[in-house]
Formats: sequence, C-alpha cells, structure tokens
Amino acid sequence: MSGASTAHSVVEPSAATKRIAAFLVILYAVITMVPLAWIFATAWKTPPDSIAYPPKVVFDPSLEGYCNLFTTRSRQTQDYIAELGPPQGTCDTVTRQREMVIVGPSNYVPRFINSLIIAFGSTFLAVSLGVFAAYAFSRFKIPLKDDLLFFILSTRMMPPIAVAIPIYLMYREVGLSDSALGMILLYTAVNVSLAVWLLKGFIDEIPREYEEAAMIDGYTRLQAFFKVVLPQAATGIAATSIFSLIFAWNEYAFAVLLTSGTAQTAPPFIPTIIGEGGMDWPAVGAGTTLFLIPVVVFTVLLRKHLLRGITFGAVRK
Amino acid sequence: MAEVRLEQAEKRFGDVTAVTGIDLTIHDGEFVVLLGPTGAGKTTTLRLVAGLEMPDHGRVSIGGRDATPLSPMERNVAFVFQQYSLYPHLSVYDNLAFPLRSPTRRVDEATIRHAVERVAKLLRIEQKLQNRATRLSGGEMQRVAIGRALVRSPSIFLMDEPLSSLDAKLRAELRLELKHIQQDLGATVLYVSHDQTEAMTMANRIGVLDHGRLVQIGSPREIYESPRNIYVATRLGMPSINLLPLSAFPSHPAPTGTRTIGARTEHVAIARGNGGAHARVEWVEHLGDQNHLHLAIGEHKLVTLVDPDLDLSVGDAVDIALQQPLYFDADGERIGG
Ligand SMILES: Nc1ncnc2c1ncn2[C@@H]1O[C@H](COP(=O)(O)OP(=O)(O)OP(=O)(O)O)[C@@H](O)[C@H]1O
Ligand SMILES: [Mg+2]
Repeated sequence: MSGASTAHSVVEPSAATKRIAAFLVILYAVITMVPLAWIFATAWKTPPDSIAYPPKVVFDPSLEGYCNLFTTRSRQTQDYIAELGPPQGTCDTVTRQREMVIVGPSNYVPRFINSLIIAFGSTFLAVSLGVFAAYAFSRFKIPLKDDLLFFILSTRMMPPIAVAIPIYLMYREVGLSDSALGMILLYTAVNVSLAVWLLKGFIDEIPREYEEAAMIDGYTRLQAFFKVVLPQAATGIAATSIFSLIFAWNEYAFAVLLTSGTAQTAPPFIPTIIGEGGMDWPAVGAGTTLFLIPVVVFTVLLRKHLLRGITFGAVRK
Repeated sequence: MAEVRLEQAEKRFGDVTAVTGIDLTIHDGEFVVLLGPTGAGKTTTLRLVAGLEMPDHGRVSIGGRDATPLSPMERNVAFVFQQYSLYPHLSVYDNLAFPLRSPTRRVDEATIRHAVERVAKLLRIEQKLQNRATRLSGGEMQRVAIGRALVRSPSIFLMDEPLSSLDAKLRAELRLELKHIQQDLGATVLYVSHDQTEAMTMANRIGVLDHGRLVQIGSPREIYESPRNIYVATRLGMPSINLLPLSAFPSHPAPTGTRTIGARTEHVAIARGNGGAHARVEWVEHLGDQNHLHLAIGEHKLVTLVDPDLDLSVGDAVDIALQQPLYFDADGERIGG
C-alpha cells in the first residue's frame, strides 16, 4: 500500500481525476439534453418533417407547431379559403396552406393556467404547512415524535397509483373531482411530507439561541419564528419549494385520473393534442417546450439558494 | 433594575441534575459573578432567571414579583449568550435595534437611532454599524451582543462569559467599561465567568457553583480569604492555592482534625536555607515583575510567587514558614471558618 502514496494533496483531486469527472459530467449532460433538444427541434418542424424517416436533423423551421398548439382548426375547400379575405397574421397563413382555417383558440392556455394555479398553490401550501410542522418537530417535545415523523414519510412510500382509485371515489363523493381545489389539496398532501422532512433538517441546523435571544428581546415565539427563524431557513424553504413545485408541475398519474375538463392540468392535456392522421408532434413539442419554462424560471430565480440548499443544511457553520 | 431572587431552584435534564437547591438573591444594583468549572450549572442558572428554562422545583422572582410562570418576553431581562448571539441575517445596526423594535416596546425610529449610536460608541463599534453581523471578528461580535443588552433597560443583565473571546487587552478594557456602565446605570447583573480576575474585580459578590449546587456566596474577599472548603479555595488565586498534607509540615502547629493545609502565596514565607531547610527549588519561572517559584517538599510540590530580588536558582535549599494558612479537615471542609 505504501507504494500507492499520492503526491497531490488530499483535498484537491488530481488533474486526471478532474478531467475524468468533467468528462463524465459532460457525457451525462449530453445524454439527458438530447431528448430535450429533440423536443425543442420538433416544435419547429412541420408535421410531415416531424415524422420523416430517416429523422431530419436539418430542416426548414416552421411556426406550424406553435400555431397548432394555440388554435383549433377545421378543414375547408380551396374555394372557401380563396373567398376569405387576406390572412390575419402568420398562423392564418400557415394554416391556410394546409387547406384549413382557424376556428378558435385551443385549450392549451387554460390548461397551462390550471397547472400554474395548482402547482404554485399546492407548493405554497405544502411549504407553509411544512415549515410550521418542521419547526414544531424540531423544537418541541412531541409525544411519539419519531413515529409521527415516520408516518409522515411513509405516506410517500406508496405509489400514487395505489391510492388513485380510492381518492377518485372519495373526490367524486365530496365533489372535488375535476376541481383546482381538489388537485391543490392532493398535491399539498403529497408534498407536505417531503416539506416536513427537508425543512426539519434545515431548522435543526438553526441554533435555538437565535429564537431564545429574540424571545428575551421582547418577541413572542411566533414573532421570533417569523423574524429570526424564517429568514435563516430561506435556503431550505427555497430548496423545498423547488422540489415541491417540480413534483406538482410534472405530476401526471393523479392528474390524468382526477381531471378531465375545467381543472385539467397541462401534463394530461399535452398528449391529447392530435392532428389529422395521428399525433401532432410539432404542437406537442411546442407545448412541452413552453411547459418547461415556469419551472426553469423559478429554479433560476432561486438558484442561489438551491445551490446551498441541496447540501441539506450542511453548509451552516 | 430590580432585585432578582432564586428560591430552591432545581432543574433536571433527564437524569442530569443541572442545578439543585439554588438560593440566590441578587440585590438591586448588585453585580454577582457565578464561578464554576464547565458543567457546573452556570448557564442553566442564567436560563432559569431568563425564563428559557422552567424550574422543576422552586421559584424565580423579579422585583418582588413571582416570575416563575412568566415567559422570557414578560420578564424583561437582557441576556448575553455564551455563543451564537447575533442574528446573522441582520446588520449590526439592526441587531442592536432589534430589542427596541419589539412589538411590545413601540419605540420610534429616531429614539432607536439615538440609543443604537450611543451604545455603538460606548463599545467602539460605530464603524461597523452597517456590517452584516457575520462579517465581524469574534471580539466585535461579542461587543455587539453586549450592546444589544445595553440598548434597553432590563430588570437584570444576564451575561454568560461575555468577554471570553476577546484578547487580553480588549478584555481588560471592556471589563473596566462594563463595571463603569453597571455602576452608572445602577444595573443588576448576574455574570458568568471562568476568569478569576473578572470575578475579583467586577463582582460585589461571587457565587461558587459545584455540580449544580451553590457552594458559597460572598464578597470576593470572603471567597478568597475564607473559602468554605477546598473546592472554593481552588477557584481563586494565582498561582492557585497549594494543597499539602499536614505531614509535609510536621513542626507546624495545626488545629486538631486538620488533614490538608491550604497555602497561598501570602501564607508562605521563604528564606534561604540554613540547617533546618526542608524544601528545594525545582524551577523558577520569570514573569517580569515577579517569579514563580516551584518548590519540592519531599515528594510534594508547592508553587509560590517571589520577589525577583530574591536570587534563588534551581537546586537551592530554602526554608518555608507558614503564616496563618487555611486548614481543611478530612472532608475538605475548612476548619475555623
Ligand atoms: N438542554 C440540555 N439538555 C440536557 N442536558 C443539559 C442541557 N443543558 C445543560 N445540560 C447539562 O446540565 C449541566 C449544566 O450545564 P450548564 O450549561 O449550566 O453548565 P455551565 O456551567 O454553563 O458550563 P460551561 O462553563 O461549559 O458553559 C451539564 O451537565 C449539562 O450537560
Ligand atoms: Mg455555560
């Protein structure tokens, strides 16, 4: 073993190690980025290009995907189209080239708005409830504390699909099926367990002396919580919010089962975008591309906190 | 400011008895220092007064009123913590202003500014007011922590080793400063320290804690000159008291029951050895104005201070005469106390 002693320092990896690490990271990034890049590209193809074989890597970009995403169209005769006035904007032109006319907006925007309301609403609720519960678990003597915490975690162990049917029946009874409130409550319930566990870790790291100092300085425990604990838990709150939002934003199984109309979210909606003769892949690509934006923006906004946050509070002195 | 009283206070944490049977009255305007080794229950005593811990037995009263059921907020005490004292997300200014901005106090911002600046000047942290609390040296942090206690007028100041992370010079300055502030304000202070200089110079009375019990409380002189037992005797004195069995001084007339002799520097008279010499110089430490003399009496050691003029060197034989030392019995209790 003595012959294997290394010249470089223990903390600083050697140049070769760094190169290998960089190579692996880049390789992984490329592998995960390819499907995404394919989706972005598909959004800019025409429907025939999107299903061409062999697949087209080079193609003429077209707005048809985005136009189809936001509109519903109906086929008309060439004579009918010829009698219409000049086309109103790009989408009108693109649509008419396919011998179709735009008859109205699609459901994408309302579904997207549903997703926003449900995902952000449930994230807000889950993190708010989670931070109070985590504080209580962190600071107070609670009978059966460990069992309660385990119970909370265990709610995450079941696959969603196992409880989907009972929830569906329950929701139908109480009139929550296909309602935004129902989905918010459901996602909150799922996320709150994650929130409690993550946030408890962060709050455990905040020394009690801060709150104690605040209480001595003339604040109630609740005021001290808001003035002292919350600002210091910002890292954890940001990280937890992002994890919760990503779950609620992307959730498919419950959404497809429990929503169909007014409260439908984008994930079950996007695969239902069907053009003539099968899936309208460019529209699906466009819908997926736009669907990624809110989570990316949210994550970028909170990135500074997240980078510290994903070490799970270990960075505090 | 107010009188604060602990009566038969006891606090346990599971199996650990942190403090027990504490009877302690801190008179209005009095400066009481708690001395004791680590784990003796000093912090716990302060926390009981502050209301951060509820006693398992006994009472806490502040200003003659039973404060036992009151929350920390209602007790109006100020606490300088041993560690983690500043709010890291706030500036120094906001840290100092924090107590005054409490919803219960309703002080206007102009008054707050005035108070904060006064305290900042007192503690020489004016230049740092806009710093984040985390962008400070340890000593600056501790001064801000003290400042946060000084901006308001609490019924009692509770200070848990507030000067421990300062360098010797600043420590000496702030020691004086704190004592002056306390006298000017007529403040009631309960102060924890490991440092006997702090205890001797600042305290009106010193309380010595051992394993959660208040062993003795009295003026610094009393604690120094008439310690109740060996434990208290070893708390004060530089170099610390020499504890020697009576057998080391066979010719010394000690009261009956004496098992151990406690000899401080002032109890020991050294003379260059003649025939009856029974001690030998083992080591001399030069401290500048004084020398530490390490002596061997048979197999026992004795350390005392001597004048540098007394020109002794290693190996010299010396005579030791004891002048009214302290006598302790077999249980370590002082005889004739
Ligand atoms: N929250 C707690 N839970 C359990 N035990 C505790 C707690 N606080 C204090 N103790 C125990 O109570 C005893 C007294 O602790 P305390 O903090 O009062 O000592 P101290 O005199 O302040 O010591 P130090 O000089 O190290 O600060 C110790 O044995 C300690 O381990
Ligand atoms: Mg302590």
